[in-house]
Amino acid sequence: MTAQDPKAFQNYSEANPNFNASLSDRYRLDKILEFAAWTATFFGLAMLVILLITVFRDGLFRLNWSFITSYPSRNPSAAGILSPLVGSIWLLITVALVSFPLGVGAGIYLEEYASDNWLTRFVDINIANLAAVPSIIYGLLGLQLFVRWMFPITNGRSVLAGALTLSLLILPVIIIATREALRTVPDSIRQAGYALGATKWQVIRIQVFPLALPGILTGTILALSRAIGETASLITIGALTFIAFVPELSLKGLQSPFTALPIQIYNWVSRPQPEFHTNAAAAIIVLMILLLLMNTTAIVLRNKFQKARG
Amino acid sequence: MVINSKIATSEYILRTEQLSVFYGNFKAVRDVNLDISRNKITAFIGPSGCGKSTVLRCFNRLNDLIPGARIEGRITFEDKDIAKMDSIALRRRVGMVFQKPNPFPKSIYENIAFGARVNGYRGDMDELVERSLRQAALWNEVKDKLKQSGLSLSGGQQQRLCIARALAIEPEVLLMDEPCSALDPISTLRVEELLQELKQQYTIIIVTHNMQQAARVSDKTAFFNAQATETGSKSGYLVEYSSTEVIFKNPKQEDTRDYVSGRFG
Repeated sequence: MTAQDPKAFQNYSEANPNFNASLSDRYRLDKILEFAAWTATFFGLAMLVILLITVFRDGLFRLNWSFITSYPSRNPSAAGILSPLVGSIWLLITVALVSFPLGVGAGIYLEEYASDNWLTRFVDINIANLAAVPSIIYGLLGLQLFVRWMFPITNGRSVLAGALTLSLLILPVIIIATREALRTVPDSIRQAGYALGATKWQVIRIQVFPLALPGILTGTILALSRAIGETASLITIGALTFIAFVPELSLKGLQSPFTALPIQIYNWVSRPQPEFHTNAAAAIIVLMILLLLMNTTAIVLRNKFQKARG
Repeated sequence: MVINSKIATSEYILRTEQLSVFYGNFKAVRDVNLDISRNKITAFIGPSGCGKSTVLRCFNRLNDLIPGARIEGRITFEDKDIAKMDSIALRRRVGMVFQKPNPFPKSIYENIAFGARVNGYRGDMDELVERSLRQAALWNEVKDKLKQSGLSLSGGQQQRLCIARALAIEPEVLLMDEPCSALDPISTLRVEELLQELKQQYTIIIVTHNMQQAARVSDKTAFFNAQATETGSKSGYLVEYSSTEVIFKNPKQEDTRDYVSGRFG
């Protein structure tokens, strides 16, 4: 029934004195709220579009192959993002390798194995709180734990120390995403599995986990997207801002000093020369392309596994 | 097919002795004494909340999965206390089909292969899948689409797939918890016909709300009822257990007579 002319229905509703339909008022309220929702969406998108336009205007022309393959330099026109870009990618891969098994494993244990007692609930609350702790606190923790205490393994202010710090930061998010994804798997699947004489691990590995995988992947990649943009915690553990080399492509490279894209952007933006601001804009574009690639991967992977889910 | 070469030691394959089921402190079912006859279809009937499904789920220890659930009394399977058996080993021998068809969201082939694989099946999987689907009267309808998802089948077909899946691991008992309540009448009839064929090889216990179904299908019937406790919740108990003919034509208990004649429930 469409509201072509509220007045046309007036007589119809007045036929029953128990109801006061006030149709025109309700249709008006509908329209007002729809407009309000549209406006909210518009403002959010507008902010994003303004950001994109200004960044592209300021930095797109600066973005070329030499920019990507040069090291930072005191001379703005010679400066490039090679070491920050490689540093960010190193961090990304290491963080993924560390946080995914830990986070998914913890999520599976808490959701499928742990019994519902005060200890489990205590852990639950703590994980939720940890997800909200400011990143600089994680930076301070990483400084003491990974840079100082674990010096023999991490070699101080290294890629490894940075990656471990970031892994701690996003671990609660991955755990929560894993648990949410596991909860979406209907219990009837587990019952069917057990009734066939499967052990708990068989039910989880073969039936439950594949169904939860799209949600787990989406949550993990969103968490990694956050890690890639992290600045405060990396500065705290001492990621340097002038690195004129890339870590060597081996396990030893994990122990070398590093820098990352957000730190380089911050560094350039803080300089007075406008040429450095241009460099910063170009670096922001690269960072956003990286984020776009990650989110696209998340969507592609999620769709692939969702199709398999039937 | 493995033939159980052990001579049947008793007429009864499953027995309960003073079985009571507790959820926490709440006594959901009390003092059930039942002897389930081999190669017969036994129906559990009774109004809602009287513990029929609860007792059924004790037979394959699926109640173990519910935190806080415990039993008092004894259940024996082939004269062995099932509480002392390994529950995983028990569940291969006592299978279950659920009220709402719940095939895995995998291919029809994989649905049946899963149970066989986790139990270490050593034979030809293709042959097992075909044999199980034939036993469940589903083979002709799906033989050309074994790779399609189990969820692409109709409700009645899905339930027969679940039956095939349960049969694939060669159980001795099949527990069926209102297997037709989510199905249309035609699918229901097909499953009922299937049960008559299956009982030659398996022992079947079927919980049903449908009295006519119990009368059509079963050899023996157990009538459960519920009694309100002081706290207001209902506690279930076994009223009468006899051959189906006696229960429906000439019950000894008045409650039974009232229930089967439709006067309540």
